[in-house]
Amino acid sequence: MATPAQTADGKPRPAGKALALVLKVGLALLVSLVVFLVLYQGFLFLREGNAPKGVMAILAILWGVGGVAVLYTLFNWLVEQLPREWTERLQPYVFVGPALVLLIWLMLLPVVRTSYISLFGRNGPPDLPLAMLFTNPGAFVAGLSAEFVGLGNFVAVFTDRLMLSALRNNFLFWIGIATPLTVATGLLIAVLADRSSFERVAKSLIFMPMAISFVGASVIWNFIYEVNAPDAPQIGLLNAVVVALGGQPHGWTNYTAIAPWNNLFLVIIVLWLQVGFAMVLFSAAIKGIPDELLEAARMDGATEVQVFFRIMIPYILGTIITVTTTIIIFTLKIFDVVWVMTGGQYGTDVIATQFYRQSFINRNAGYSAAIAIVLLIAVIPVMIYNLRQQKEQEAFR
Amino acid sequence: MRSAGSAKRFRSFLVNGVLAIIVFLWLVPVVGLLVSSFRQRFDIVTTPWWSVFPHRDWVPTKTINPRELGLDPSGLMTVEGITATFKELRAGIEEGNTRLIWIGTRPIGKIEVQERQWVTTANLSVDNYRQVVLGRSVLIENADGTVETVRGDDFSGALINSLTVAIPATVIPILIAAFAAYGFAWMRFSGRGVLFAIVVALLVVPLQIALVPVLRDFAALNLNGTLLGIWLAHTGFGLPLAIFLLYGYIRSIPREILESAFIDGASHFTVFTRLVLPLSVPALAAFAIFQFLWVWNDYLVALVILGPDPNTRVVTMKLAGMVGTYGQDWHLLTAGAFMSMAIPLLVFFSLQRYFVRGLMAGSVKG
Repeated sequence: MATPAQTADGKPRPAGKALALVLKVGLALLVSLVVFLVLYQGFLFLREGNAPKGVMAILAILWGVGGVAVLYTLFNWLVEQLPREWTERLQPYVFVGPALVLLIWLMLLPVVRTSYISLFGRNGPPDLPLAMLFTNPGAFVAGLSAEFVGLGNFVAVFTDRLMLSALRNNFLFWIGIATPLTVATGLLIAVLADRSSFERVAKSLIFMPMAISFVGASVIWNFIYEVNAPDAPQIGLLNAVVVALGGQPHGWTNYTAIAPWNNLFLVIIVLWLQVGFAMVLFSAAIKGIPDELLEAARMDGATEVQVFFRIMIPYILGTIITVTTTIIIFTLKIFDVVWVMTGGQYGTDVIATQFYRQSFINRNAGYSAAIAIVLLIAVIPVMIYNLRQQKEQEAFR
Repeated sequence: MRSAGSAKRFRSFLVNGVLAIIVFLWLVPVVGLLVSSFRQRFDIVTTPWWSVFPHRDWVPTKTINPRELGLDPSGLMTVEGITATFKELRAGIEEGNTRLIWIGTRPIGKIEVQERQWVTTANLSVDNYRQVVLGRSVLIENADGTVETVRGDDFSGALINSLTVAIPATVIPILIAAFAAYGFAWMRFSGRGVLFAIVVALLVVPLQIALVPVLRDFAALNLNGTLLGIWLAHTGFGLPLAIFLLYGYIRSIPREILESAFIDGASHFTVFTRLVLPLSVPALAAFAIFQFLWVWNDYLVALVILGPDPNTRVVTMKLAGMVGTYGQDWHLLTAGAFMSMAIPLLVFFSLQRYFVRGLMAGSVKG
């Protein structure tokens, strides 16, 4: 326990050691207490205080960021006060612990809890005290089973008309059309940009929509789809073009006569937003193809089309898979664009808008949990793929 | 040889041409928004935004009152050397560079003589921005010279809210993730493999799944509608990617650098703060931009955690609210949308290189 430095100063007295330990523990407790108290007071002040908004904002930022830094320093200091072997044993948990606590609380446990909720009716599992399980197990089980619906919510998810239309939109329009279109357009632009004389500018401008929020993009595209009476001048770009070509102006996203194809007008928005992402990754991958490989093929008389399909595509296949899975996951969860553009009306509902409506408007806890679980199940193949990739990389370490 | 050269030139022309068209298509929506946001309320709904660019249009040069000339609208009328019926005049009769057109109804309308001229309807001002940004009442001068007092939309307040949400929601996860990434990369402890696998698995978990349980806990802790609540939520949802990204970077720091520091007696904490953090700045910056844009542009988490309180509204909620209440008031919507885009666009264009690097490393984010 005692380090050589401590035993070296004359007679090691047990009482002195005990006193030192008490002081040490006391100091540790005191410092912790002060830190927690200060942070808690800051929290209360931020919650109830009414200083001008700008001042509150700066205080909030200082409190939030500073608080985290102080807590790490505190915990590390506490652990370093311990005997060496304990420091070594505990320090890793000081480093990874806070992250794990947050991940488990905010991500992992919710997966379990949502799965559990999905087995119950619209009020979710009844709020029974756990002690009841021991004092009155019969009533506890009866209380639970009164609300228990088993897989009923999942049956509803796959039979309800609105939910079926949402599933169709997600899988047909968003995964089936939006994803390959984004990947193909991104690849096309990456190849074009690679040979153009204004590559940087072009890439930068096509990438720009990535910085725009979906809500902002919705305003932009609402304006493009804006419709006026047929005899009035069209202020929406699309209708102006359509009318100039002799067509009839429409609201496009709410044009139910062509349903479900009005979804395509939402797909265009996401295409505009996401192509930049695909392009940037493809562009980097294409630049990674060795020049000798391309030159050799061209020397052998391969046409540009052959070079593209026989050499480029196989070479960047890994990137294509990554981009495709990323966009699939993204489109699976698509929410903001649909919610702001149409509110899910006119047959444009998707899984995430249905989830939001069931969860926060209809307040149907069990059903909305089941929808969230369906989303989770849909991403499991990607999750397994990622885990395999990670394992392989670690093996090469 | 010569034909090969011209084929090459043709191909390069084709490539540049197609790319230029695509870039143009990509840019038009934003240009339309930007131009419209400076236009007057009346102009914006009556003429398309591209009419601010010079274009040829009919401009009236003379107005003729048909009743003064004793013309009978129900029969044939002869005006300026042209004979036509009311119907024909109503549709407009073009002759060279001039046009005759009946304006108004049959009994009281007038005939206009118009000439085709180059015009623009550019009548731009920052009034829309003043009305959107300011919180108090705003004086707006109408096109006819009258002055009107309108209530501002207080977008500046929403901008401050967004910054207050986004800055800590970017810095806190970076700090927590950097500690964790260092722990996973350079410390030995039991459960390390399993715990890191959990991080990787959580990369793609849709955050919808977490919303309801998290909301319940926050309600129990009185965190709903608070800044701390939304920081925690964004931290939790951003952590898997942050840890994954920073782990990849921190792990690749050469072992010798760290070992020489340990031999000199440095603790893990010192090595981390003095050595690893400064070395990881590129990776930290890449994730910071990624997370900042994500939080700034987020709508769902803000909607669920912050709720309807107008005092804590962030820009995306403010803008979505404006879409709901104004619908067709394009002069305000376009200005608001551009305000919401200004900061992310600034961040994006100034730090683009870091952002691209972050995307490449983090393209597995769910």
